[in-house]
Amino acid sequence: MSTALLTDLVIFVLSLWVGFEVISKVPATLHTPLMSAANSIHGIVLVGAMLIAATTNSWIGYVIAFLAAVFASANVVGGYVVTGRMLKMFRKRPTAPAAAPAQPASAQPAVARDGQSS
Amino acid sequence: MSGFSFASQLIYVLAASCFVLGLHLMNNPASARRGNQFSTAGMVIAIATTLALIAHAGVITATGWTVMLVGALIGGGVGLYAARTVQMTAMPQLVSMFNAVGGGAAALVAIHDYIRVASAVVGPAESTTITTLLDVIIGSVTFSGSIIAAGKLQGVITSAPVTFPGARVVNLVLAAFGLAASGYVLATPSLAGLWIVVVASLVFGVLMVMPIGGADMPVVISLLNAFTGTAVAMAGFVIGNWALIIAGALVGASGGILTKLMADAMNRSIGNIIVGGFGTGDTAAAVVAGAGADVRAITADDAGIQLAYAGKVIIVPGYGLAAAQAQHEVAELADVLESHGVDVSYAIHPVAGRMPGHMNVLLAEANVPYPQLKEMDDVNPEFARTDVALVIGANDVTNPAARRPGTAISGMPILDVDQAKSIIVIKRSMGHGYAGIDNELYSNPKTSMYFADAKTALSELTSAVKTLVG
Repeated sequence: MSTALLTDLVIFVLSLWVGFEVISKVPATLHTPLMSAANSIHGIVLVGAMLIAATTNSWIGYVIAFLAAVFASANVVGGYVVTGRMLKMFRKRPTAPAAAPAQPASAQPAVARDGQSS
Repeated sequence: MSGFSFASQLIYVLAASCFVLGLHLMNNPASARRGNQFSTAGMVIAIATTLALIAHAGVITATGWTVMLVGALIGGGVGLYAARTVQMTAMPQLVSMFNAVGGGAAALVAIHDYIRVASAVVGPAESTTITTLLDVIIGSVTFSGSIIAAGKLQGVITSAPVTFPGARVVNLVLAAFGLAASGYVLATPSLAGLWIVVVASLVFGVLMVMPIGGADMPVVISLLNAFTGTAVAMAGFVIGNWALIIAGALVGASGGILTKLMADAMNRSIGNIIVGGFGTGDTAAAVVAGAGADVRAITADDAGIQLAYAGKVIIVPGYGLAAAQAQHEVAELADVLESHGVDVSYAIHPVAGRMPGHMNVLLAEANVPYPQLKEMDDVNPEFARTDVALVIGANDVTNPAARRPGTAISGMPILDVDQAKSIIVIKRSMGHGYAGIDNELYSNPKTSMYFADAKTALSELTSAVKTLVG
């Protein structure tokens, strides 16, 4: 087993633990945006796709690089945009009589913003 | 390691830190948007660094640049369009498609790397080949499995469990075949062997998801999400990039946690869901008894009176509400009640929807403020103090039979709706839920049934309440 592989394994295992720790604190309300955010994060594979394009000089390499670039960039762009779109909809509405404590700033545009998101 | 590549690895770690911070900020709806921005920043940093690395190395051909940029433009355009136009009810399909392309891209990275090393004079090192194979297998299974899952969610493929005689045997043979090919590829570099592994994995992904029923989708999506993360981490091993390893591990952890949560909420083991069986319950055979059972029907006006004069109302939305696209109607009813001084909140079961947290997003879209959306454990003690529990399109998750041993849903965590002072259930018919058993809540003397489509029922209720209090 090479040192590089060992280092990679250590990083992998520790990251898993960090992931468990951080993600177990996300409330159920946000589980869909969380999964979508995780989705955009695994779009980092775009880096791998770019490196293929950078090192190849065979036609099969170009085909693979092209497909991987299409897949990964759809993943990155779509993931972040849709996560942002969802999170924008989560708001405390100050006009709610019993529930939330008032927070006047974000109050008025609630209805107007709805149209823009669809 | 040259200074340049040393610096770039450090920047990759910075990008990965942004991902961790972004996920951390999602522990609260108020900071979650900032979290997404941090995460986006991390991604931009990682991509910019990679561009700099590529330009610095200078071995890329003009064709390479073209392929990369055109591919990124096309993919980015498609992703942007999908993300902008998707309906919130269709979110599970989109997430599933993103899982598919992420897993597919990870598999392609490994395939390319294998082709490169296999054609070299010296054989590939075993340690890299193992991660390469894992990447190819997990990525390919995720790719085909996620496409099938998306098809089922979209209704293109039947959401009923699809099995055929001998499916178990075919799966075993396929797994054995794939393993044998993997072993061969490990021992002797062979492109043909690799393609066999790819094809076997793709077929396995299809066969894995086809037998899983529609209501188990929250678990399947979470599991495939974990797979994608793992595949990306493996891709990181293959190309020796820490950003991919860290990001992939984070996603793997996230998918793993959600899978566990969803399976617990359905009181089923993950293995049980993958193997299937229980999911076959939502067939015609189950709709025998119960249709004429002892239930009390109610009209819109009577239900309106109950709601308008209640002090505290808890709304229990289920997938039926989402299927009827009635989230805006329910929000309107809640608004009217609130302006009349009624305390309204929503009780959300973890599997109320087609993916984890789906119902919360649908209600957020309908402008329901998130402090009103309550999780099962928080809201259950409140039912005893509730005047009216309004159940809309939720079934099994409200069935008190789950508290007794010996039923199909025994032990499943449920919402304690039956403890409310009175219960109104909006439902199209006396049909069964996914578990295929009678809901004992409906024959409870405190329960009234309002038989109608969720959308129509809610509009009628709203106008009934308006005439009373207006």
